[in-house]
Amino acid sequence: MIGASSIRKEGRAKVLGTAIYTDDKFMSGALHGLTVRSEVPRGILRAIHFGEGIPWEEFTLVTAADIPGTNLVASVVDDQPFLVGIGEEITHSQQAVLLLAHADRHLAEKARRAVRLEIEELPAVLDIQSSLDLQPLIYGTSNLLKEIRIAKGDPDPIWAQAAHVIEGEYRTGAQEQMYIEPNAMLSVVEPKDGLLQVTVWGSLQCPYYVHGALKQLFGLPEKQVRVVAMEMGGAFGGKEDYPSVNGGHAALLAWKSGKPVRLIYDREEDLACTTKRHPSRTRLRTAFDADGNLLALEADFILDGGAYATLSPVVLSRGAVHAAGVYRCPHVRIHARAVATNTPPPGAFRGFGAPQSLFAMERHMDRCARKLGLDAVELRRKNFLRMGDTMATGQVIREDLDLAGLMDRALTAIGYRDKRAAFALTNPEDGPIKRGVGFSVFMHGCGFTGNGESHVASVAGVEGLADGTVAVLAASTEMGQGKNTVFAQIVAEALQLPVELVDTAPVDTDRVPNSGPTVASRSTMMVGRILEDAAIGFKQALVQQGFLAEPYTPETFQAAVAKAVAALGSLRCYGQYHRPPGLQWNDVTYQGDAYPTYSWACYAAEVAVDLDTYEVKVADFVAVQEVGRVVNPTLAAGQIEGGVAQGIGWGLWEEVTMQRGRMVNNQMTNYIIPTAMDLPRIQVVFLENAHAGGPGGAKGIGELPMDGPAPAVVNALENALGALRLDEVPMTPDRLLERCEEVTHG
Amino acid sequence: MADRIDLNLTVNGADHRVSVHPFTRLLDVLREDLRLTGTKEGCGEGECGACTVLLNGQVVNSCLVPAVQAQGAVVVTVEGLADGERLSSLQAAFLAHNGAQCGFCTPGMLLSATDLIHRCPNPSDDQIRDGLAGNLCRCTGYAKILDAVHTAAEREAAR
Repeated sequence: MIGASSIRKEGRAKVLGTAIYTDDKFMSGALHGLTVRSEVPRGILRAIHFGEGIPWEEFTLVTAADIPGTNLVASVVDDQPFLVGIGEEITHSQQAVLLLAHADRHLAEKARRAVRLEIEELPAVLDIQSSLDLQPLIYGTSNLLKEIRIAKGDPDPIWAQAAHVIEGEYRTGAQEQMYIEPNAMLSVVEPKDGLLQVTVWGSLQCPYYVHGALKQLFGLPEKQVRVVAMEMGGAFGGKEDYPSVNGGHAALLAWKSGKPVRLIYDREEDLACTTKRHPSRTRLRTAFDADGNLLALEADFILDGGAYATLSPVVLSRGAVHAAGVYRCPHVRIHARAVATNTPPPGAFRGFGAPQSLFAMERHMDRCARKLGLDAVELRRKNFLRMGDTMATGQVIREDLDLAGLMDRALTAIGYRDKRAAFALTNPEDGPIKRGVGFSVFMHGCGFTGNGESHVASVAGVEGLADGTVAVLAASTEMGQGKNTVFAQIVAEALQLPVELVDTAPVDTDRVPNSGPTVASRSTMMVGRILEDAAIGFKQALVQQGFLAEPYTPETFQAAVAKAVAALGSLRCYGQYHRPPGLQWNDVTYQGDAYPTYSWACYAAEVAVDLDTYEVKVADFVAVQEVGRVVNPTLAAGQIEGGVAQGIGWGLWEEVTMQRGRMVNNQMTNYIIPTAMDLPRIQVVFLENAHAGGPGGAKGIGELPMDGPAPAVVNALENALGALRLDEVPMTPDRLLERCEEVTHG
Repeated sequence: MADRIDLNLTVNGADHRVSVHPFTRLLDVLREDLRLTGTKEGCGEGECGACTVLLNGQVVNSCLVPAVQAQGAVVVTVEGLADGERLSSLQAAFLAHNGAQCGFCTPGMLLSATDLIHRCPNPSDDQIRDGLAGNLCRCTGYAKILDAVHTAAEREAAR
């Protein structure tokens, strides 16, 4: 079971076209909901004017004044309103002000265009530097959404003594998740047994986040709110925090109208207003001795957090912990800040802050090698973390870590030495095509940062069904990553059953416990481990109650479950997260075990640059990673290949163009993601080093492949073109041309 | 202009007559009037290919086709690919290779690939890339889709 490439559980429905996504769910008499948004980045809302020629009396209209409970979206910090009211402050260009619904979709759209907002504009902050300069002050007393300091040793005395001190500044742009299914919600609010019952069906990663947000919005107890995760057409973090907003909007319209309401975003709205990857700016300073040993590291890591805190504090936290990369360093100081700007709030996106800080570190290491006159491979080899070493947070590496072996494996697979030698001969020749090969070495912390898992205290379980099969009870959602299949494999392994006898229960808060959000590469490792415990408890209960005798066959097990269900009615067994002994974390000092373990990787890329067009083609790509035991090799390879594709896209093509705090290329036509023509086949290699804390030895996998491609590709560009100012992604043709001209023109 | 127009079309072998708004798209007729929700809308501007169907044997983005242009047409959607319970070679290969992850691009991808194998029975990687360039996938990085198309083409050739 574990280690087998079991077929995707919901795959048959997906290839038949019968899988039901939110917009596919039919509801008789449903209204179409739409959102009216601000078009200015900052101001005071003075009035809402309803234009002529629209039968407004037929519409359901919701403003902030209608909200029955609290007009704040439940999140890490409750600072974001669902709707801005008259006299209140608008803080970004996509701020929702009014919701409307009508049975006729075309008329609803006409009505949206007929609404005019009267806004008294205020000066806005649109970039990181203006926010740091408090020009003007827009959030709290400092424009800071969160500030973190991590310290190890004392770098200050080192700078003067060290043989080499190298500084660099790196920037990364916003990135759109671009799930192919836009955000979608469907809601019904109706009385049931005399009490108001709020139900939301949606494309969402975290049912209990939306559940919590709806409770607060309506001021209702747990039992009166129900959230159901429908089949999901991709998410990548983009449906982690935002569904609390649009889920709330759909429910408000359903409540006001008394009818089912569909709130399905079109692509333009989805791109303009939903969360993206945080733009970043990282300044690094490193000190080396004469042999290239890393002596000190200072990182100033800044994220543009947009208008509200959303998940920025935790994104910043992961980015800060990953900022020192995979290197041993006695003296480290990391200063991390998420700053407020008047832009739509960024949020979760695969990698969650780590791709930003790791891009900086892995570009910086190549630049350091060049400045030190050392080979980039040997500089890294000299400084890699090993078992027994201490990371920036004081976490001691307790696993048998062999980053040099991982790196050598990747470099051999791509033919690094031979290609470098060959390109050194061919690149100086005439002709527009220049080739290069580069790599990155990195890690990704598995599960939540710090005490996150203890705070959530996830619960998951298994249930025996009347036909003798077993259902997995967890709020973890399937977004294409393979959770349904992997959970079934883990439970089947624990019960020694064929995987066909285990399936997943519908993810409905009325049916499944809170196993935490489906984020942070935590589902397989964290929830899987709880399910393993629950499954063993389930089997023991069957034995102790006399329904099952060991050893058993799948047939006798199935018969025993059927008999037990018939006798007892319901047959469920739950498990809960317990912090493994030995893990310590201090939220204030940022010292301790930031993660229970890490996945490790080396990615290598070969590029061909056309100096006539400045287009970059990724000609070859190798992804070698150590992710513990691989539960399902085919699904795992799919995760890596897809993540690498997204990482290459972020590195080369995917640019969010902002004007006055508003995304202006909010169409698939001009926000470019990789097509089948743009990517090579990616060579995926798993090195398996079982981790004691995960089910069957598994670690986290989902986000890791997002971290490495951008620095690997840009390092390859430097190999192809020489020392340019390659300090930013996406390195689009325009930007690359500009960097080349800097050298030509001085 | 008339408020509604009558539209006759054959979808997956069945004849239908529907009364629709004159500016309705073929995609809306399929999803809303015929409740064939396998065909997806990802962008509404012909970029993502999630709404791909065959219209009189040609691959089209159904979000760009005014319903009036489908008058009398023969349409094939994802629901028309399997033979009862038996998956088509491509559907079976997508399932076996994990060519469908989130599944939202899959219906359109399957229609484009069906057309590709019909035109080009033994495609190379590059021919598949070219044939599927109008269908965006954000989950797979496309490799498992290439594998699935190769397997299906081989199976079709062996029949």
